[in-house]
Amino acid sequence: MSESAPIVVVGAGQAGQQLCDSLRRGGYEGRLVLVGDEPVLPYQRPPLSKKFLTGALEAERLLLRPESFYEKANVELRIARRVTAIDRAARTLTLNDGEVLAWSGLALTTGTRIRPLSVPGAAEADVHYVRSLADGEALKARLATAERLAVIGGGFIGLEVAAIARELGKQVVVIEAAERLMARAVAPRVSAFYAELHRAHGVEVLLGTGIEAIRGADGRHVVLTTDGREHAVDLIVAGIGVVPNSELAEAAGLACHNGIVVDVHARTSDPAIVAAGDCTWHMNGFLERDIRLESVQNAVDQAKTAAASLLGRDEPYRQVPWFWSDQYDVKLQIAGIGMPHDEAVLRGDPASRQFSVYYFRAGALVGVDSMNRPAEHMAARKLLGQGIALSPAQAADPAVDLMQIARG
Amino acid sequence: MPKVTYRLADGSEKSIDVPVGWSLMEAAVQNNIDGIVAECGGGCACATCHVYVVGGPELAPIGSMEGDMLECTAAERQPNSRLSCQIKMSAELDGLVVQIPDRQT
Ligand SMILES: Cc1cc2nc3c(=O)[nH]c(=O)nc-3n(C[C@H](O)[C@H](O)[C@H](O)COP(=O)(O)OP(=O)(O)OC[C@H]3O[C@@H](n4cnc5c(N)ncnc54)[C@H](O)[C@@H]3O)c2cc1C
Ligand code: FES
Repeated sequence: MSESAPIVVVGAGQAGQQLCDSLRRGGYEGRLVLVGDEPVLPYQRPPLSKKFLTGALEAERLLLRPESFYEKANVELRIARRVTAIDRAARTLTLNDGEVLAWSGLALTTGTRIRPLSVPGAAEADVHYVRSLADGEALKARLATAERLAVIGGGFIGLEVAAIARELGKQVVVIEAAERLMARAVAPRVSAFYAELHRAHGVEVLLGTGIEAIRGADGRHVVLTTDGREHAVDLIVAGIGVVPNSELAEAAGLACHNGIVVDVHARTSDPAIVAAGDCTWHMNGFLERDIRLESVQNAVDQAKTAAASLLGRDEPYRQVPWFWSDQYDVKLQIAGIGMPHDEAVLRGDPASRQFSVYYFRAGALVGVDSMNRPAEHMAARKLLGQGIALSPAQAADPAVDLMQIARG
Repeated sequence: MPKVTYRLADGSEKSIDVPVGWSLMEAAVQNNIDGIVAECGGGCACATCHVYVVGGPELAPIGSMEGDMLECTAAERQPNSRLSCQIKMSAELDGLVVQIPDRQT
């Protein structure tokens, strides 16, 4: 049986789609099954907190690949179906409709799910989150009629929603428990720039402020904050983080710790099973440490490694992490991982809304955040990827041509 | 609908009706045209949707973000290089011909 058993990919998202593509490109000719519990083909999530909310983008334009891609690549789709159990000894898995599939190789690309707000009243209230296309559709519909919106959590997704809501003319209050915005990802200087940017666009930004409780339902809510204030709003959007979908792997006895544990080859503790994307706690060959990343880059590049491993090839995952976020007319691009760092160097003038911050640890460049400086972002990816040395003094000196250095 | 011709790296050609308002990148992806990777999905953040414009009507000039990202394409930048996600389809662009480079990453 195992000779003809397919490779099964569990989770039809960014990483799952890439895995199917890479397996076929890598010469795999056997059966290939992609299982996904959402009722749609794999799609892009980034626009859901960006352009999609303005109504400028129909859902069909979000698909990573059209249906014909799966036909041509001979990928057997099991869409709107969920894998409920994996039997490693028998090399089978079970779907929620009772179907049992044998597999010869298995890839877990189950992603993450939103972390719900747990304050009193949150469960009863109509709190929106943005993870799935269904979430995006629901939020888009509510945004059309809402007038005053509370964004709980000043991370990338919450801030992108806040920016779109302002562009649509809504009143917006952003409530963040930490002392600064996007605190896990960027330096204080960048956080301060974004607080200023949002305030300049008329957003009320509350920092160091928690949520006491939420009252009301059906579009009429009062958010009580820890500073004793009450915010009457007709829409609440929360973006307070995600939880990796690792229960399936855990129940199958695979090592899990803040995600499915994989090595630099995207292999789980069972060498016949790989995992990739948001759901993995992985050895990152570039960072040389274990980490969980939530980004398109990570999903795509790690999926390529995972596909190679299933095909018996050795392509360790060591690409430079990168990420972007769009808020108003400012594009933030992140190369590498700047946190933690012991030195942050500013290049350019934040007042011009075009600048970068270079992060150094023990004298070595570890990450760069660029605001409307795409060329510097791309140069940074080259510098980091090729291990080309850059000193803090060079980073700070506008006369130094970084592109030139990056070209080597 | 306006038509765009994509010349693939393997020498083959595909002509596609592109809905007005869609980008050249979106039309390529949704029609399974090989060689447009588009990792960032049109965010002007990845430069993996690079094309060379080889024929047809004149395009609007390159924006500054696009110009910067074009500095970092995997295949060499040429004077006719563009990012296909930044070209929005309009009736005037009917007959556009683009060449897809041999690599995007
Ligand atoms: C609103 C939003 C904005 C974002 N913006 C950016 C951005 O600007 N830049 C960036 O780089 N990244 C961004 N991201 C992150 C990026 O979208 C994710 O990192 C990426 O989608 C991860 O891909 P994945 O395949 O690992 O997971 P997902 O795309 O989440 O796919 C996992 C899929 O598996 C399914 N699944 C889970 N368990 C099962 C099961 N047992 N059976 C069947 N199916 C299952 C899930 O329902 C889901 O469909 C954003 C994310 C969101 C939500
Ligand atoms: S799709 Fe990423 S820059 Fe065009």
